[in-house]
Order: sequence, then structure tokens, then C-alpha cells
Amino acid sequence: MINSIVLTALMLLQPAIEITDVQDRPNDAGDRLHLYLSIPGEDTGDLVACVVFRKQVDEPDDYWNLVLSEALPLEEEFLVDGYDPDFIIEPGVRYMFRPAAITIAGDTLVGEVFISPITSKGEFINTDETSVLIAGSLFIILIFYYFGKAQRGQKMYLRPIAGIEAIDEAIGRATEMGKPILYVPGLSSIADVATIASLTILGRVAKKVAEYQTPLLVPNRNPIVYTVAEECVKQAYLEAGRPDSYDPDSVFFLTQSQFAFVAGVNGIMMRERPATNFYLGMFYAESLILAETGSLSGAIQIAGTDAITQLPFFITTCDYTLIGEELYAASAYLGHEPKQIGAVKGQDACKMLIIILLLLGLVLSTISVITGNESFMFLKNMLLSG
Amino acid sequence: MYDTIGIWVGAFFTLAIYSFLYKENPVYRLAEHLVVGISLGYTMVLIYNSVILPKLLEPIFAGNHLILIIPGLLGLLYITRFIPSIAWLSRYPIAFIMGTAMGVAFPLTMKAYVLRQLEAAMVPLYSSGMPWYEVFGNIVMIFGTLAALIYFFFSKPHKGLFFGTGSKIGIWVIMLGFGATFGFTVMGRISLLIGRIQYLLGDWLHLIE
Repeated sequence: MINSIVLTALMLLQPAIEITDVQDRPNDAGDRLHLYLSIPGEDTGDLVACVVFRKQVDEPDDYWNLVLSEALPLEEEFLVDGYDPDFIIEPGVRYMFRPAAITIAGDTLVGEVFISPITSKGEFINTDETSVLIAGSLFIILIFYYFGKAQRGQKMYLRPIAGIEAIDEAIGRATEMGKPILYVPGLSSIADVATIASLTILGRVAKKVAEYQTPLLVPNRNPIVYTVAEECVKQAYLEAGRPDSYDPDSVFFLTQSQFAFVAGVNGIMMRERPATNFYLGMFYAESLILAETGSLSGAIQIAGTDAITQLPFFITTCDYTLIGEELYAASAYLGHEPKQIGAVKGQDACKMLIIILLLLGLVLSTISVITGNESFMFLKNMLLSG
Repeated sequence: MYDTIGIWVGAFFTLAIYSFLYKENPVYRLAEHLVVGISLGYTMVLIYNSVILPKLLEPIFAGNHLILIIPGLLGLLYITRFIPSIAWLSRYPIAFIMGTAMGVAFPLTMKAYVLRQLEAAMVPLYSSGMPWYEVFGNIVMIFGTLAALIYFFFSKPHKGLFFGTGSKIGIWVIMLGFGATFGFTVMGRISLLIGRIQYLLGDWLHLIE
């Protein structure tokens, strides 16, 4: 009892927590501020956490919002304010802050209010990402260079990929058997590169399906992907000259819940017994359940994904698997359009550039370690810091 | 009382889903349709309560974020799909979302999957005091990465020393990696199965503690 009174008294005698400075965060959209705090006794173990309240300078006193809560001692020189989506920092608005420290006994030691001397402002160019800009520009230039070459009629070689060559064969098998084709465009959103690649392939597959008059089933998990998939299939039927054959129920939305979606697709596989299953796109933990059920139903299965953790399951249960970038290249293989083949060639040039940079970085790093001269690490540092 | 009902319902549907291991049957079908329907209804309520209401309707009706009316209207264009004569309007939000998604994804992918990986692979092969297994690990990592990259060259025939041998080593490296991932994931799945069996034998039948 006496100890806790003495401890509390000592705490109260200590200089209070205070904010010493507020600075704008460089290279942001004007939505972050750096708060510099002075916390006497931070390392003694008597203080366990600090919190920061914020409000706009012209707001009334009951507008203080808790925006930061950090364990002590602090790991960084400053705290970054603005991550809380409920209390965002707006550019050009002046804020005031009230810090407080929490003692091990649960008491709150409130510090002085600090009015920010600056307002946050956004930068047009994020200089931290210069390396991304350079690499991105270089890759785009290379792709467009080969793209142009292909458009001018230069013949370009593409090595055969078994999984892609089997697509036509798989569609033909379903047509001969008079059974539907199941196409699952992954479980991810439209922002995923694998989903975009899958939707491009869906267009190609749907065109063939329309020509052969084979039933197609496209269950979707994501509502946006569903609408895009529906457009792709509709467009493919139009291009094949059979818009009347398009069945609006062939592309449908099931549910957004991952395993409920799998349960639904598994049921479709066992009831409809499709002759061919395509799993192309982004997949997660459900990949093995899908592919195993498809295998039990006796369908020929072609899978493709860039999810490294799911590829082993597809490889073991499917007849053909497109590994990573093979999925991205599949569209060019199927379409045989010079522009897309040029783009694949451009991507190969980018890979060669990566190999050269990797070998150069390897040599420079080894020289740097042997000679002890850090300046040889410039390439690695450039990639790291921009 | 409610807990007991919940445990019995959970056990029934666990067994209903497992019955699929024998063959597709009406009990599985019941569980399948229920889980699809309930999950969809639940998601709709969740999205309304966590996105539409707090992020769109409340700020608009509070009058301080009227700019949100524009994305709100853009989202409403999706509903035009139900009216064939103006269904083409739904292509605008699709185009907007695809363009934005690609624009956002490109620099992030470039940074995370190309530049950061490249930087992480630029390790010195040897330095004084480095144990032999670390030197060996670095060699395997770097040359494995190079071989796997060579495998993914599409515009060159996989023949000769560089592309032929390189791609052969590459596919071996990839398959070894997949084997390790397979084993690791199967271990995780077995622990999930154990959890479910514990639920059936413990919470439901009280056969184990």
C-alpha cells in the first residue's frame, strides 16, 4: 500500500510526457505526421504505454480522439500518426495533440496539449519509389519494343507448353462426350494478376466452346470478377458468331465465403459431371479439395495459378498444370496474335535483364565483403532505398 | 441449452460434409445448399454494416463527404445489368475497377516480386568466417533462382547448355520447392483434421477431455 503511494507520488513528481515536435512525413499523400515525444522514465519499466489524442485546432474540446497507442519503450525515434482509417489526417488541416502515459499501476499521466506548428502536405512524386519507376519504365519500353517488332510482322518463336496445348484437346473431349466444361476463374479479386490472366483465357475458351456448342459453367466467388467473366463469355459468343447460343445462366455467382464456394462447386462437379475442369487464377487452401473432387468425378483437369503454396496440390491431382508465368503467357499461346506474342518476348527480355542484374549484384556483393568496401553495394542499396 | 444445440448442429453438419468422402448424397447436398445460402446472406449483411452504411451512407447523409455520391452512383451502374436496354452502362464501373486495380497492382508487384526479391538474392557467395553450409546455401539459392528463371523463358527453345541444361535444373529446383511446400501444408491440414476430430469426440461425444 505504502509502496504504491510512494510510486504514484514519484510518478507525479516526474516531468510529464510531452510532444516536442510534429513534422510532415515526406513522400506521402499528405495523410501522415511524425510525432516526436519526450517520455521521462520511459526505460525504467514504470511506464507501460503511451497514447496520443488528436483533434483539429478549431474543433470543440469534446472532439479529442484516441489516434495512437504504443507500448513503451518506443522502438522508433518518432510515432507515425494517420494510419487509423476512422481518424484520417487531412492535408492542410492544423491539428493539436494531447499525449498521455500509462503507468504500471494503471494510472494515466496526461501531458500538455501541443499545437502542431505545421500542416501535412502531399508530394506529387514519391522519391522513395524511384527504383520502381525506373524498373517499370524499362520493362514497359522492352515490352513495347518487341510488341512493335511483332506488329511489323517479325516471326517470333514460342516453345510448346503441354498444359496450353491440352486446352483445345480438353474442350474437344467435352464436346464429344456431350458434357459441360467447368471453368473456375480463381477465388481472388480482379486486382490479382492471375485473375486477369484467367479472364483472358476464359474469353479464348468460351470462343471455342461457342463454336463447338458445348455447355459451359463458370461459378464465381467475387462479384466483380463475376460481372467481368460474364462480359468475357458474352463477348466470346458474339465473336464466334453465335450470340443466340449464349446462356445467361452459364456464368453465375455462388457466394463470397471461401469454403461455402468450394462446397457449391464440388456439388456441381458431382451432379453435372463436367468432362473438363479448368482451375485458372488465384487459389488458396481450397485448391486440393476442388482438384481432388474433380479427379474423383473423372474429368480431365487443367489448372494454372501463381500461388506457390497451391501449385503442388494442382500438380499432384490435375492432368496439366500451368506454373506461375505459364498462366500469364497462356493467352498469347491461345490467341496466336502477334501483339501478344511480342509481349511474351518482351517479358523474356525483362527476365534476361533480371538475370544480368542478379549476377552483377552477386559479384559486387562478394567483392564488397572481401575488400570491405561498402561502395560496391550501390546496386543493392539502390534497389532497397530507391 | 443453446450451447448444446449449437454443438449438435455443428456435429451434424461436420458429419454431413464428411459424408461426401463416401459419395455425393442428399445429406451433403442439404449441408452444401445451407452453407452457400447462409454465407451469402451473412456476407450481404456484413458488407452493408461494415462498408455501405459507415463508409458511404452515413458520411453522405452527414453532409460532409458529398464526393462519395460519385462512387456510389458508379456502383449503382452495376444494377443496370438487369435492364437489357441500358446494360452497357455497367461496363463503366467494370472498366474503372479494372483500370484502377491494374494501376495499383503494377508498382506494388514490381516492388514486392521483382525488386525486393532481386535485392534479397544479391548476397555474397563467400566471406571470411562464413560456415561452409551457409556458403553452400547461398550457392543453391542463387543458382536455383537463375535456373528457375531460365525455365520460364518462352521465346527460346530449351536446348543447349544455357537454356537446355538451365531449364532442366530449373524444373528440378521448382519441383523440390513444391515438394517441401506440399509436406508443410499437409502437416497443417492434418492439424485441422485433428481439431475437428477433437470437436466431435470431445465437445460432442465427451469421449476425450
